[in-house]
Amino acid sequence: MKKIILIMLTAIFTTSMLTSCSSQTSSTVSTDGSTSMEEVIGILGEAFEEKFGISFTYNPTGSGSGIQAVKEGRCDIGLSSRNLKPEEKADGLSETVLANDGIAVIINPQNPVIDLDVETIAKIYTGEISNWSQVGGNDAEIVVIGREAGSGTRDGFESITGTEDACKYRQELTSTGDVITTVSQNPDAIGYASLAAVGDGIKALSVGGVLPSEDTVKDGSYVIQRPFVLVTKDDTELSEAAQKFFDFATSADAARYISQAGAVPVN
Amino acid sequence: MKKQRAFEDFVHGIFLFLGLVTVGFVLLITVYLVIAGIPAIREIGILNFLFNIKWASTASEPSYGILPFILTSVYGTAGAIILGVPVGFLTSVYLAKLAPEKIRTVVSGAVSLLAGIPSVVYGLVGMMVLVPGIRRLFHIPDGASLFAAIIVLAIMILPSIINVSITALEAVPREYEDASLALGATPVETYFRVSVPAAKSGIAAAVVLGVGRAIGEAMAVMMVSGNAPNMPELFGSVRFLTTAVASEMSYSSGLQRQALFSIALVLFLFIMLINAALNFFLKRSKE
Repeated sequence: MKKIILIMLTAIFTTSMLTSCSSQTSSTVSTDGSTSMEEVIGILGEAFEEKFGISFTYNPTGSGSGIQAVKEGRCDIGLSSRNLKPEEKADGLSETVLANDGIAVIINPQNPVIDLDVETIAKIYTGEISNWSQVGGNDAEIVVIGREAGSGTRDGFESITGTEDACKYRQELTSTGDVITTVSQNPDAIGYASLAAVGDGIKALSVGGVLPSEDTVKDGSYVIQRPFVLVTKDDTELSEAAQKFFDFATSADAARYISQAGAVPVN
Repeated sequence: MKKQRAFEDFVHGIFLFLGLVTVGFVLLITVYLVIAGIPAIREIGILNFLFNIKWASTASEPSYGILPFILTSVYGTAGAIILGVPVGFLTSVYLAKLAPEKIRTVVSGAVSLLAGIPSVVYGLVGMMVLVPGIRRLFHIPDGASLFAAIIVLAIMILPSIINVSITALEAVPREYEDASLALGATPVETYFRVSVPAAKSGIAAAVVLGVGRAIGEAMAVMMVSGNAPNMPELFGSVRFLTTAVASEMSYSSGLQRQALFSIALVLFLFIMLINAALNFFLKRSKE
């Protein structure tokens, strides 16, 4: 019996200690938002922790949740992979563009198609073109892969290609990794993913003759791109630590970390 | 003596408190789901919400109809039961009555292991093996479909069906079987004519438990079903009630988020119904 009570007391003490730890937020920077920014923020956060010795947290919830979180004061800086909407700005939020990210249109390496223009991509995604032979590929039905409603990548892709609410997806997947895996497994699939995440097993299409790369995103010749945005609240000042991170992330110093993560810094 | 008594009371108090914690959580979740789920249903209209076939939550003119999700969940679960129950049922009859001790140990171990595999692993294997396999086997453009989800679910519900059925079959009094055998029935006749009917409430409970598992599964089916909000089609891309909540929750806001809570409420009611059925069968099997 005594043993049980001892165990219980230990458990109670441990939980109370844990809770007291997590309420200690004075010298941390918390960020919340876009999952597409994971790599960029991961590298920046690590470099920041090393340089200033301030602990840094990143909660990958999605652009919408991140904007909501900063509005409600649940985090210091919100992360969004789209520009703020006018009504969000009216709510007292402001944006600072940190970097630009190209959205690569990806297909299976077995697919002979190498180039499509934005218009053709839009037609494929709205179902107007449904066979690869119509765009110079094999005679096979196009399998259209996209992201779930609300995703920053989907929002970015659909607004650039002008296909909002009109896309006929065969699959709506919930992460960049899932899209890449699915496209790498299906020779007839087409998908989109953050340029930073493009790796082995898939082929990025050139769009209107321009291959997605850091240079073509920076000079604007690769058209399917979107901003990575830091969201802050107008009426409350950032904490000292958060201000330090903000300055660090937007400094020229941070640019090399951002490009290391595959995005294109603005500074 | 008095000290002893006080200590006993104290321990009783702790146990009571811990018991109430569980009850408290159930109440909390129920109340929260109802409060969070009602506003969107009110705004959308219950008939429009339940019977509209179009889900476009982020469109400029959003539409929140969840009939495709409800039907997909029903069809998917039914499919999993149709595939899973015969396999699970016959396995349990074999293990409970026919199998030699050694085989029984090995197979039971495998079944327990199957129950312990995390659902994300089922999903991953389904995504890497099953989905491309279906694509090649049936010559369709893409293998992510209701069919793939049904197969994954059928495998996932096997352990619950097998384990509960075995318990039910083993609870059949030995005398029933002895009597049947003494009357000249063969062992297999005895098992199917005497043991199984005697255990039928328990087996029904096993099936209901399987239904409960299948309808509540999210992760594994999300990875193999394609997730497009279409009306269900065996080889089409579909979205379940569970995956509808899980896939959009992270980026949702406003009415869309509220509608997701409403979907969760509908799912919760489904599962409550199934639990009520389960309790009914279990009670009958005790009597």
